Amino acid sequence: MTKPAVLTGEYFMTGDVACAEGALAAGCRFFGGYPITPATEIAERMAIRLPQVEGCFIQMEDEIGAMAAILGSSWAGVKSMTATSGPGFSLMMENIGLGICTETPCVVVNVQRGGPSTGLPTQGAQGDMMQARWGSHGHYEIIALAPSSPQEIFYLTITAFNLSEKYRLPVLIMTDEIIGHMSEKVIIPEAKSIKLASRPRPKGRKDRFKPFAPGPNGVAPMPAAGEGYNLHITGLTHDEKGYPVMDVETQTEMMARITEKIQKNLDDIIQTDSYLLDDAEIVIVSYGVSARTSMAAVAEARKLGIKAGLLRLVTIWPFPEDQIRKLADRVKGFVTVEINLGQIHREVERCAGGKVPIFLVGHSGGTIIHPDEVVKMLKEAF
Amino acid sequence: MTDSQNYKQRKKEIIITGFGGQGIILAGIILGKAAAIGEHMESTLVQSYGPESRGGSCNAQVVISDEIIHYPYVNQPDILVCMSQSGYDKLIKQMKQRGTLIIDKDLVRPSPGLKDDLFSIPATRMAEELGRVMIANIVMLGFFTAVTDVISMNSIQKAIVESVPKGTEELNSNAFKKGHDYGLATLKGRQKKATGQAGAIS
Repeated sequence: MTKPAVLTGEYFMTGDVACAEGALAAGCRFFGGYPITPATEIAERMAIRLPQVEGCFIQMEDEIGAMAAILGSSWAGVKSMTATSGPGFSLMMENIGLGICTETPCVVVNVQRGGPSTGLPTQGAQGDMMQARWGSHGHYEIIALAPSSPQEIFYLTITAFNLSEKYRLPVLIMTDEIIGHMSEKVIIPEAKSIKLASRPRPKGRKDRFKPFAPGPNGVAPMPAAGEGYNLHITGLTHDEKGYPVMDVETQTEMMARITEKIQKNLDDIIQTDSYLLDDAEIVIVSYGVSARTSMAAVAEARKLGIKAGLLRLVTIWPFPEDQIRKLADRVKGFVTVEINLGQIHREVERCAGGKVPIFLVGHSGGTIIHPDEVVKMLKEAF
Repeated sequence: MTDSQNYKQRKKEIIITGFGGQGIILAGIILGKAAAIGEHMESTLVQSYGPESRGGSCNAQVVISDEIIHYPYVNQPDILVCMSQSGYDKLIKQMKQRGTLIIDKDLVRPSPGLKDDLFSIPATRMAEELGRVMIANIVMLGFFTAVTDVISMNSIQKAIVESVPKGTEELNSNAFKKGHDYGLATLKGRQKKATGQAGAIS
């Protein structure tokens, strides 16, 4: 039974379902996954919907296999995705590294719950933000996005696919149980209004093709397996042909390629949003569900005469360093609001460089932070 | 009246509580959907998740507003709908002063001397009489629609038909109508009583 991939219309939808619909609208046609609360509903929706759009859903034996499956399907030329939560995200780390090293486009969704370990399976948190940055071994760049509503997760899932295709790497969507499970209005636009990106395609002779020779924006064109190009894809340090060459020179070249394609395109990648930031003296830095709390707190603080504003991080990695640095030159201080005990907080601290005081409204996880706690901090700290 | 007071009046925070299996979450989805799609308002739903949604005490928290809803949880409901005693016991203390309490009168015994505005309906018994105990949640939504001014009848009826299993639309529409009629009768009875009392005083 075929149905449209883009279900244009107005819905009352959970974040998890909106994420799945965003993926389909972005052209995702393969999902390899393993069910885990609170991300299972993404897999469930994909299991129903992918066969309707001539896509493929496979439940793997575990999350290591799920991550391997989406890398493989990406090299078969298909846009692919998986979704998980903390424990599964930990298992995926090794193959996320393989995706970075082999420059494989794909999207990984982490619907965060309380950790560490099995933690709080049914309750939300934002404790995996640093794992998203550095969880796989070795030095690398990554892209991670944090949606604040079911509507935004729909759009950001499309953005995640577009960025992964354009820059050839796994892109992470770092959402949380609260956004994943809450229902809200979601408007799905017409298919023709959705802009899609595809991985750069090779031209020229197939026998002389080099799958890791960077194009103009630092990203190498990518063929699919079976198209006739000679391909050798490995997690070992490799040259532009893809063959393993274990020497310092090749390592240096490869590392420059996988880091610079991100570092040199920050303006294209980084997205932030703001609320009453222009005249703000105290800046709340927040993301995901905590940004909703923060927005309510800013509105309340303004009523009390406190000049607060919000910088909402839509892109978490690469970190919007410049924005924090510029703000640090003109504001009285920062407050970071997040459901962990200070992860992005440290990044804000690093970028502010000791110029102004920085406070944390954090939480161990299991619940959303109430706006009153943020207002209390604004009143007491400044 | 300041804008913020005005805003607060247009914002309604609702908790529906009961046992897992009573259709509490579905009632929340229907209410949220009716507001978001039918009324073109903002609405959010957060729900119990986990073992409680399969038999234990569970609840659906719905916020409906003209403006963007930042915080989707309900700490102090304007309207509390109780379909189980344990849900009532747990949440009654949180209810806003002068809030509206709605109960299934066969399943919930409210505390004596309750000052809040109380509406009661034998929703589960009425659903049994209609042939399916499962539709008690829809009877309750009909009653809710009649005695509160949160949502229009058109929007919620449309949301019900879109949300219930195929083939049960008529049964559910009847359930809604029964609950709604019961609500209108309750309001009429109160009006009569109020006029009667006024007459006696003058």
